[in-house]
Amino acid sequence: MRLAWWKYLCIILLAYDIIGGLLLPVPRLPQLQETIRNLYYHVCMWFTMMILLTASVVHSIRYLRTLQEAYDTRARAYAQIGVWMGMLGYATGAIWAAYTWADPNNPAYASFGSIVREPKLIGAAMALLAYFAYFVLRDSMPEPERRARVSAVYNIFAYAMLFPSIWIVPRLLPSLHPGQEGNPALNFNDIDARMRVVFYPAVIGWTLLGVWIATLRVRVYALEQKNGSHE
Amino acid sequence: MRTKSVWLLIQKDILLELRQRHAFYGVLLYVLSTIFVLYLTIEQPEADIWMALFWVTQLFICINAVAKSFLQESQGRMLYFHTVVSPAEFMTAKLTYNLLLMTVMNTASLLLFLAFMGDPTTEALRFFGISWLGSAGLSLVFTMLAAIATKALQQASLMAILGFPLILPQLLLLMRLSKTVLGESFATSSPLEVVMLLLALDISVAVLSLILFPFLWKD
Repeated sequence: MRLAWWKYLCIILLAYDIIGGLLLPVPRLPQLQETIRNLYYHVCMWFTMMILLTASVVHSIRYLRTLQEAYDTRARAYAQIGVWMGMLGYATGAIWAAYTWADPNNPAYASFGSIVREPKLIGAAMALLAYFAYFVLRDSMPEPERRARVSAVYNIFAYAMLFPSIWIVPRLLPSLHPGQEGNPALNFNDIDARMRVVFYPAVIGWTLLGVWIATLRVRVYALEQKNGSHE
Repeated sequence: MRTKSVWLLIQKDILLELRQRHAFYGVLLYVLSTIFVLYLTIEQPEADIWMALFWVTQLFICINAVAKSFLQESQGRMLYFHTVVSPAEFMTAKLTYNLLLMTVMNTASLLLFLAFMGDPTTEALRFFGISWLGSAGLSLVFTMLAAIATKALQQASLMAILGFPLILPQLLLLMRLSKTVLGESFATSSPLEVVMLLLALDISVAVLSLILFPFLWKD
């Protein structure tokens, strides 16, 4: 089996992320304790989602410039994997919040209500909904050429509308989520040096994994088209 | 871009609106009946609920009013426009016209809200400004989405699906801004900052629509 070099890198980095992430020392913070290790997985999911969705938009732009179907397939595959990563980010975040934010003195539904109102969660929900809408839009058009063109336009429009507001709006609203003043985890003072050693390689590893899955999907789509079956 | 053809296109839309009154009055009637039903069910709501109802009504009015701006253009007429004007001119005309239409609808619904449901605001004039800013944002975003949705099947329902996630950030900011007229103060930022942010969003929506519409236009 021969793989491209970056695929080996991806395997090594993710193995390091899982082993190092669970075993290397982490700072002990009240309330967070060992759950802080989730940072290596939860935050990476969001990073990967944003990077993959950005890749999807870039391919949409390239599609509109060249009108080559290959770019449309790539835009679709990247968006799909990006949304998957977002859903995993939601799941890891929900488990984390259940152990750290949920108030034991409050009934479960009351603290659940306050968690759902978190601006960061609203932002994430909006991004995922917009991309679900993108897939609905794609499915509503049978002709491939029109589908590619219209969905590329929506992809660009949605991205340009959503991402600035996801980055700006949470900063204007009160929140429990860390990173009120800037990008969480990008800020050097926010994150302990011991954690950076694992965190940055992990982001690269997960991104490579996302790209890897997306390229496989692109190849599946290409094969399907060759065999004449649609979607 | 020639301003003259933009102006002619806007005139054409206004003229059509005046000739086929059922569309314009249909939306007005929609506004009136929605607010009347709200009035019958909760006569004098609390300030928070008043705000929530106002913005939700505004959102649906906008979807109804703007959706038809592209749906009413038949395939043949679009082909004709294609030969006489550029896509940027066409889009500018549509954006401007919908902005005007939503200004009228916004004024009507705000007056009806004040008449039927009481006035919880401390500064009605200021709230009028905020609501106008909101309706401007709504009309711009939904104009572009209507243009996208006309290319797909099941246009009207698709427009709502495409639009809700995109309009949510603006609605959140608007709700936050509306709370200032209820006497609540801002914890983290000044109202002016939010107004500037909303204006910046509106401008970027308009610019994006002008850039992207040509790709939707050619068939």
